[in-house]
Amino acid sequence: MSLQGYTDRRVLLVLQDGRAIVGVLVGFDQKSNIVLSDCKERVYSADEGVEEIPLGLYLVKGEMVCLIGEIDEAIDSSADLSTIRAEPIPPIRYG
Amino acid sequence: MLIFSVFKTLTDQTVTVELKNDLSITGVLKSVDQFLNIRLDNIKVADEGRHPHMMAVKNCFIRGSVVRYVQLPAEHVDTQLLEDATRRDAMNQVKR
Repeated sequence: MSLQGYTDRRVLLVLQDGRAIVGVLVGFDQKSNIVLSDCKERVYSADEGVEEIPLGLYLVKGEMVCLIGEIDEAIDSSADLSTIRAEPIPPIRYG
Repeated sequence: MLIFSVFKTLTDQTVTVELKNDLSITGVLKSVDQFLNIRLDNIKVADEGRHPHMMAVKNCFIRGSVVRYVQLPAEHVDTQLLEDATRRDAMNQVKR
């Protein structure tokens, strides 16, 4: 499946409800069920910097997955999360 | 199955995928599977100022079920062939 190549990489997982979770992809299956280790949720808001909430090891049901992106560590570590102001990603409608 | 084949012929072309959360992502189509899950390379999110969430993401996997539209490069699609093929496909499904 097309998730091959993302294992053991740090990825950004966007969920159907708009939440953004960053973690290391340790496993997946055909239905795009995902296992992420060392994950943190990134909470975006328009009037405060990004807050990171540690979550630990997560198994996410495939049907909740919207998008998985490989994180470029160099760009990610150079960005100061506390200065980023943005509305959260909207939830999926008519999923 | 037919649309899956169409997407396969479009690999390595630049497409824009609009998601059901109104995110619009442009990138090079790397692969598609039977669920129409899409792999994009070299991505760019429309209106990056409003969507800095994917700043550090250069390639991504999009679940087929959250795709609303895919904008295709017209010069790489034979519309007449596609029209014939889809109608033939639809006819066959009625027969079955």
